[in-house]
Amino acid sequence: MKGTTASKAHQIPRLVLEPGRADAQYWRDLWHYRELFAILAWRDIAVRYKQTVIGVAWAVIRPLLTMIVFTVIFGRVAQLPSDGEAPYAAMVFAGMLPWFLFSTILGESSNSLLSNSALVGKVYFPRLVIPSAAAVVSLVDFAISFVLMLLLMLWFWFFPDWRLLLLPFFVVLAVAASLGPALLLSALNVKYRDFRYIIPFIVQFGLYVSPVGFSSANIPEGWRLLYGLNPMVGVIDGFRWCLLGGEAAIHLPSFALSLGVIAFFLWYGIRFFRRTERAFADLI
Amino acid sequence: MSDVVIRAEGLGKKYVIGHETNERYTALRDILYNQAGKLIRSARDMAAGRALIAGDQREEFFALKDLNFEIKRGEVVGIIGRNGAGKSTLLKVLSRITEPSEGRLTIEGRVASLLEVGTGFHPELTGRENIYLNGAILGMTRAEIRRKYDEIVDFAGVERFLDTPVKRYSSGMYVRLAFAVAAHLEPEILVVDEVLAVGDAEFQKKCLGKMQDVSKGGRTVLFVSHQLGMVSALCTSGMLLDQGSIIHRGPLADTLNAYQRHRPNGGPPTDWGKNAIARGEPLALLFAQSTKTDGSVETHFDHTDDIEFRIGIGQYAPVSGDVFLTIALQDRYNRRVFTDEFPLRSLLVNQSRGEHRIELNARVPMPLLVGGDYSIILTINSHEGRVFDRQPSALAVTVIDRGSRMAKYESWDNGPLMPPLIWSHA
Repeated sequence: MKGTTASKAHQIPRLVLEPGRADAQYWRDLWHYRELFAILAWRDIAVRYKQTVIGVAWAVIRPLLTMIVFTVIFGRVAQLPSDGEAPYAAMVFAGMLPWFLFSTILGESSNSLLSNSALVGKVYFPRLVIPSAAAVVSLVDFAISFVLMLLLMLWFWFFPDWRLLLLPFFVVLAVAASLGPALLLSALNVKYRDFRYIIPFIVQFGLYVSPVGFSSANIPEGWRLLYGLNPMVGVIDGFRWCLLGGEAAIHLPSFALSLGVIAFFLWYGIRFFRRTERAFADLI
Repeated sequence: MSDVVIRAEGLGKKYVIGHETNERYTALRDILYNQAGKLIRSARDMAAGRALIAGDQREEFFALKDLNFEIKRGEVVGIIGRNGAGKSTLLKVLSRITEPSEGRLTIEGRVASLLEVGTGFHPELTGRENIYLNGAILGMTRAEIRRKYDEIVDFAGVERFLDTPVKRYSSGMYVRLAFAVAAHLEPEILVVDEVLAVGDAEFQKKCLGKMQDVSKGGRTVLFVSHQLGMVSALCTSGMLLDQGSIIHRGPLADTLNAYQRHRPNGGPPTDWGKNAIARGEPLALLFAQSTKTDGSVETHFDHTDDIEFRIGIGQYAPVSGDVFLTIALQDRYNRRVFTDEFPLRSLLVNQSRGEHRIELNARVPMPLLVGGDYSIILTINSHEGRVFDRQPSALAVTVIDRGSRMAKYESWDNGPLMPPLIWSHA
């Protein structure tokens, strides 16, 4: 008998399907499908860099050009101050890292259900696998940009200190901040195709209301708490704090508020997604 | 080992369809008021994650209604029924793609569903990559795929193209690879929807063999197909659905009988008599019926049942010369299967007033036609080429192959005839 190892290890699973039943096995199921998650993520990455000439270059050109433009406009023309002694370009780039991570996750994930509609209609698996696997592609782009950031710092001979070790925490935070809205939008996108037009708007608008091209220290003290309502404020501030070696300070009340907003969106996004995912196959 | 692996209790699937009502608004204020109300309602529904329905009126539609059934371990169940009977919905509920809206379904064991071959194949990826991708999508672990990898490749016969993106594959190769992955699934319960009707003849034979192995291996299989021949070759028991309800559940032969009984009856014979006189031709077709040998009206025939055609002709004026009734049969590919004619001369009269009715019977001795749908063309014509009347689709009959030697190959074209050959051994 083939496959006995697998069937001996588990007992034959019993599954009860009922309408509206809160699926107690949901998270276990999700864990069971981790290989599918890995393979879908790998597929997206493989496809992305197959048959593209500038595939990797694209991940380099975009942040580089944006950084140059922002440095010129905000640093030179508007003469905004940088964080402490940090070069303006490095400060912009440190803010752009999480921002591009956010915007690509938002873009990739929220369309992922539609672009995988054949799967959704024909096979069962926890649907959460699709948008989260799509988010992994963005992490590859992020890694490329991060290397660029290191090169940039080498160029300015400006080095981060021990705080750099805390960066992984902020990367996770950035992913969490993106995944919440991305899940919400991807679920809405299944039924209302007009939500895909909202995403470019959010990304474009958000770029200016988030402290990407400038330091959030420019925000008047009285408004900083309110500014923290934008979840990306906390993430970007955190990135700068890690990368710019203590030249940028985190405004703690506003950071706490950002954390709260991120947690809320993540919770609401997952909840909304789980509630609607049962009907995806009927809608898509 | 005859315990129940699938049990449905009061299982139902409801869809809600919205209709727009076309009200005539009289004032802009009404329009704004109504639209705003709708918007608020939608926004509230949306935020709560409820499904939104377009339109003002909601209508409920049951794709499945109060299903109660049990399926035992090792059973191979053929699910049959006409289009829209709910077969596909049932499979989707069983494979968890969509959630039931009523009742309860208990499943013991891992379910793999094969509602389509090549689900999730990505054209840019190579054959090798797609084997892993498709396997994972169908629920295999990577270790499992690796173990069966050689078998899969061998089964598909695509060794030489494993590193070629599948977009360069011929459609045959593509389907072979896709099916090969699916065929090596080893779940306790396999759900299959009409996927065998793909690929070339030789490959289909291979697939059928594989399917039979699967069912012999003690696994439970649910199989949906329109090809009743294939169902009868593979399945041991059957379930007949109509309009979302189970009409029959039991041994396959009984289910097939029920399927034949349960369909819109032959009804009154097709009747063209009303316009016959108005056309002014001396001869006209009046009606046509297909019946069993005992005379009962029937449109579905077993492959061993003789088919009788009853044809009514009306004569309204004297006719000179030889006249024939021509009958021709076409198969589902619109291919002529046979043509025959019957001389009417001796049956005609020389009166010139009123209607003279003639009834003819033509019996097709079976087994002769393979399973499938046929249409009958009737013509009254003379040898000189004059056409008095013609009905291009006078009748439709269906032959159901219930276990001939060729039944299992029903989905591919073996020609329209299977005359009982007289074999001998020299």
